[in-house]
Amino acid sequence: MNGLLEALLRLGTPLAEHVLLSAAALALGIVVALPLAVWASRSPLVARIALGFAALIQTIPALALLALFFPILLALRAVFGEGLPTLGFLPALLALALYALLPILRNAVTAQANMDPGVIEAADAMGMTFWQKLRLVEAPITAPYIMAGIRTAAVWVIGAATLATTVGQPSLGDPIFAGLQTQNWVLVLAGCIASAALALVADGLLGLVERGFATRRRALSLTGIGLALAGVLAAAISTQGSTRETVVVGAKNFSEQFILARLIGARLEEAGYNVRYRQGLGSAVIHGALTSGAIDVYVDYSGTIWANEMKRDDNPPPEEMVAEIAQWEKRTSGTQVVGRLGFENAYAFAMRGDRAAELGISSLDDLTPIASTLTIGGDVEFFERPEWTSVRDAYGLQGATTRSFTATFMYDALTSGAVDAISAFSSDGRIAADRLTVLYDPKRALPSYDALLLVTPDRAADMRFVNALRPLIGAISVEAMREANYAVDRTENKLSPDEAADRLAESIGR
Amino acid sequence: MEASGPFLRFEQVQKRYGALAAVDGVTLDIAGGSFVALVGASGSGKSTLLKMVNRLVEPDAGRVLIEGRDVAETPAPELRRRIGYVFQGIGLFPHMSVAENIGISPRIRGEKAERGRIAELLRLVDLEQSLAPRLPDALSGGQRQRVGVARALAAEPHLLLMDEPFGALDPVTRDGLGRRVRDLHRDLGLTTVMVTHDMAEALLLADRVLVMDGGRIVADTTPARLLAGNGGEVAQALVAVPRQQAEALAALGAGPR
Repeated sequence: MNGLLEALLRLGTPLAEHVLLSAAALALGIVVALPLAVWASRSPLVARIALGFAALIQTIPALALLALFFPILLALRAVFGEGLPTLGFLPALLALALYALLPILRNAVTAQANMDPGVIEAADAMGMTFWQKLRLVEAPITAPYIMAGIRTAAVWVIGAATLATTVGQPSLGDPIFAGLQTQNWVLVLAGCIASAALALVADGLLGLVERGFATRRRALSLTGIGLALAGVLAAAISTQGSTRETVVVGAKNFSEQFILARLIGARLEEAGYNVRYRQGLGSAVIHGALTSGAIDVYVDYSGTIWANEMKRDDNPPPEEMVAEIAQWEKRTSGTQVVGRLGFENAYAFAMRGDRAAELGISSLDDLTPIASTLTIGGDVEFFERPEWTSVRDAYGLQGATTRSFTATFMYDALTSGAVDAISAFSSDGRIAADRLTVLYDPKRALPSYDALLLVTPDRAADMRFVNALRPLIGAISVEAMREANYAVDRTENKLSPDEAADRLAESIGR
Repeated sequence: MEASGPFLRFEQVQKRYGALAAVDGVTLDIAGGSFVALVGASGSGKSTLLKMVNRLVEPDAGRVLIEGRDVAETPAPELRRRIGYVFQGIGLFPHMSVAENIGISPRIRGEKAERGRIAELLRLVDLEQSLAPRLPDALSGGQRQRVGVARALAAEPHLLLMDEPFGALDPVTRDGLGRRVRDLHRDLGLTTVMVTHDMAEALLLADRVLVMDGGRIVADTTPARLLAGNGGEVAQALVAVPRQQAEALAALGAGPR
């Protein structure tokens, strides 16, 4: 219980970000929906098209809608220039505003359609102009219904805004996704409680406004609007605060990345920077986030950049690979590879120790004859990656059944016997803890995955920044990383990524 | 006004809805100060003809002139602000009090509705002053239409258009409000055109009755001449209804005691 309270108290920043994002998305939704509703009230065709479009948007899962804005904004850079952010606030704002559109638009159009035709006839016959009719008659009569739509939209947006975390916008999704990855249910619960409470408060305040409109009590509406604005303002002020230079540390969506982000962040804070985190970014977007400056620093793995960014499928020795990556990064975007952290987080196929012994399996070669009987688990992106194609083709695993999991649940699937083998990670603490057997890769089908510290082009020349990070180079052994990962991933007595980062910093003496 | 021609004139006006000719080439002069009833069955085109005056309906052909000027020349809002309009749907603004409803005409012209003026308008339509702050929801049907009439008169129009104004009211209210409107017409020097399907109402209130059928005017005469049997077949069929009712009532009254 104490843990939950503590977790809730630490949600100040994500809460403020969540409030600002939701309020901005709702405001944008209103600004777009209301003129559209007015137009729709004058033209049935527009009404049909607008409502159809909004309903279509609604059928797209919120997560997918958010993710889709990354490529859309990337394409729009051709028009708006390279400065257009593709991650963070902008895509989250646009996706959520689209989401807010439907309830507002639908209520506004329905309210218009259900208005007593006599009232409209009277307004026309009195000699009201378009704007007078809108202002004096249509707006006040439909206001309570529109407000009800805005209320619904607010609740939806606040709920869906938790997903903004996945496109690098801090929100109350941060604790939820971090908790989900590290099986820290207290953190998940804290995030859920905070976002639900926020939705309830917003619903209550907007309900006050709605009742004020419906009963023609202006004071009630103004109170509701005033309190809601005060909340947004407080959130805006709390995110301003420090005048120190703000840097953003990025992290992908698994424990090791959370820990390393905190480790990096702590060093930068010591160096006098104001640090923010964008975690839960997918492998595909995080590199783009760094080169575009949306994040300042993160840890990636040599094999990932080699295959995903450089589109290479050869497999040179680790040192050559890292050197080539560093050159390539410098040449293509100016990104600086500060160096190797010292450990590798490679894809490594793992089986339960007892089962491997039973079947007499020690290398990937041994899987070939029994491929058609196997079920292989991978993280959500693994089976789409060239590493899988390479392993599959090298060892003839075409016949195997594949199943995708989030990284954390994948291990549970293996220990519970739901899958026979998984694409584990060599730095994962659960390999030792779960007594897994890592299968030898005699054909070297899997590339190396040295952890590399990458710094955004604009910071490459910032010596204070780079020097704050340099002591981490070559400092983290695979054992130290495994221990830190396990401390976060285990079910009993688990640490938060923050705490694990502290311990890791102590154990490596930096 | 009389010297410079009719107050209101229709010239060969036409309105078609698909294949149906709602108004089929009507030419008509209405003198200033007259109370004209447009009578006819449903679909005879009487409402369509009326709404062409304040441009709630635009004619396909022909034109409507007020005091010699084509209504199409004046922007619709400006035109309508000078014409009173009362209709069966009443159309009181549900979010405004009685006083605000009556004061809407001055308000949309950018003037302030004076309290004295609103009190006077309430008096004109025989409504209690205490109703002024009420919402339309709290009124009876008859009270609502009285507010509707007051609202139409607030702009001090010379022309009052009424489209089945008493259609939804009970007979007692209907009779009372009808007479009130007749008095206001006389006292305020209005030119009034009233659409109704009720010949009795037309005969009792108007000083000229026009009968419409199939988009054309088939009779144009006075109540007295209609009652004397003039005006043609369609008109007489409409007159027959209240006459037979009156005769039946008289027979009942004269029956065995």
